[in-house]
Amino acid sequence: MAEPPPRLATVHLTAVYGKFTAVKDVSLGFRANTVNALIGPSGCGKSTFLRTLNRMHELSDGGWITGKVLLDGEDIYGSRVSPMQLRRRIGMVFQKPTPFPTMSIYDNVAAGLRLNGRRPRGELDEIVERSLRDAALWEEVKDRLQASALALSGGQQQRLCIARSIAPRPQVVLLDEPTASLDPGGTQRIEELVFELKKDYTIVIVTHNMQQAARVSDTTSFFYMGAMIESGPTRQIFTAPREERTEAYITGRFG
Amino acid sequence: MATTILPDAPAPAPAEGTSTLAGSRRGDRLFKGVLTVAALAVPVLMAFLVYELYVGSRLAIERYGLGFVAGTTWDPVAEEFGAAPLIFGTLLSSLLALVIAVPLSLGVAIYLTEFAPRAVRQPIAFIIELLAAIPSVVYGLWGIFVLIPLLKAHVFPFLRDTLGFLPFFQGPIYGPSMLAASIILAIMIMPFIMSVAREVLLAVPGSQREAALALGATRWEAVVSAILPYARSGILGAIILGLGRALGETMAVTMLIGNRHEIAASLFAPGYTMAAVIANEFSEAATDIHFAALTYVALVLFLVTVTVNAAARLLIWRVGAGGGGKRS
Ligand SMILES: Nc1ncnc2c1ncn2[C@@H]1O[C@H](COP(=O)(O)OP(=O)(O)O)[C@@H](O)[C@H]1O
Ligand SMILES: [Mg+2]
Repeated sequence: MAEPPPRLATVHLTAVYGKFTAVKDVSLGFRANTVNALIGPSGCGKSTFLRTLNRMHELSDGGWITGKVLLDGEDIYGSRVSPMQLRRRIGMVFQKPTPFPTMSIYDNVAAGLRLNGRRPRGELDEIVERSLRDAALWEEVKDRLQASALALSGGQQQRLCIARSIAPRPQVVLLDEPTASLDPGGTQRIEELVFELKKDYTIVIVTHNMQQAARVSDTTSFFYMGAMIESGPTRQIFTAPREERTEAYITGRFG
Repeated sequence: MATTILPDAPAPAPAEGTSTLAGSRRGDRLFKGVLTVAALAVPVLMAFLVYELYVGSRLAIERYGLGFVAGTTWDPVAEEFGAAPLIFGTLLSSLLALVIAVPLSLGVAIYLTEFAPRAVRQPIAFIIELLAAIPSVVYGLWGIFVLIPLLKAHVFPFLRDTLGFLPFFQGPIYGPSMLAASIILAIMIMPFIMSVAREVLLAVPGSQREAALALGATRWEAVVSAILPYARSGILGAIILGLGRALGETMAVTMLIGNRHEIAASLFAPGYTMAAVIANEFSEAATDIHFAALTYVALVLFLVTVTVNAAARLLIWRVGAGGGGKRS
């Protein structure tokens, strides 16, 4: 039986800041409805790689790429592709929660939808509720949707950001160390949520935390100094890594 | 060879007042005292200023009462004084200046922080800040020799032809006018609004912009939906700074506004402001009552400025405090 084609794939992807090459020749595929962890020591290019996947990288000073990124087989760097439309299909959540502080909880979730033009109130209400439910936040905020987003705890804010990123129904969700600024309770809820979200989305998650990668992901890719050293099913990477550097990293010998 | 750190016997206690540990507190107390006096001096000076203005204008206050602010005649010979056209002129010229300056300055600030090529950002900002250092009499001269001829020959006739159905753009065109003064005011306050707004926009965390862009916003949509809302109280502060300057600006306005005590609907008509009348007539005031009337104008100007600024601060405070909660 042939492997299904990946939802998102990179082909010889190299990402550069000016003269500095941060990601070197990475070819990776992410299948639909899987959670894919990117691990590696800090500064190894995980975030840069992630940001090439929704074309956020090109907004950095001197940021450009060579190679390809394919979403369902289509090159997202093709000349006909609008980065704005692309980012509606590939959502992103950042390390620190980034709610819009002047907006209510409701408006935060609706923010991406409103960029796409006006929608009837009822439809908007429905999508906001669905997104908050999917982000496991609905029960906590349903009585105060008009409260400021800043009234939420850090963990809740991060789930709000997840709700905001999935409201436009993307196919892929990119998470860049989403639990790095959270306490253990908040971290656990996000991990459970990530596991749930793969029913509907393809997830790529950068994490610093080895246990987290082991707990939530189906595949794990190890990055080191801009190169992708090893990629495979999470179980295999953690129990029988082929590369010595991978083993050294996951056993905590460096990083 | 080992050195011992512990003394064999306790060192003798330093004599009272000579301890090296005790000295610093006295310096602190002195510093604090000086700062407290400096801080207290501000409200004391304010109170003194109001008192002086009150004493200086007492004659006029007793004679004209509160009717002074509603009176429209200003006739030093007949000793009849009313400040309504002056108050009107001050408020209208400042308001118009804001209407012109705010969109332009915000536009420039947004351009400089979000869109301009990196290499030109600093130089342009620097040049604009230099504009703030030009003395206002120079703006006034430039207004008389460059701006007014330009307005008179091209801009005003154009406005009259296109918007002439509105009462604001009707009537004879002299040159010196409410509109000319408002335009020069706008030019003068733009550098202030622009540079403060720019600082405020620079202080918006990049993560806010990224969050909007990651949702599929264009650069412009990110500005409107994330960056400006985040910066709104700071931007209001910038506008209020501009307003404060516009209300008190004297020299350039005097040179361009036409100096006529009149409330006219047309912006082409001359007007007058509180600051301008004080500057023009103070040295020539021959009678005690004229002198008192001018001081009364100063008192009103002071109160208007304080009120407007207080109201504006209140606005900032409410906007800053009331994050979120708006339902569209
Ligand atoms: N905007 C930038 N400009 C220049 N270099 C950058 C920029 N962002 C990151 N880098 C560099 O690229 C490398 C990879 O960074 P990053 O992708 O953030 O690593 P990670 O997320 O794995 O910690 C680092 O050496 C970092 O210093
Ligand atoms: Mg990173």
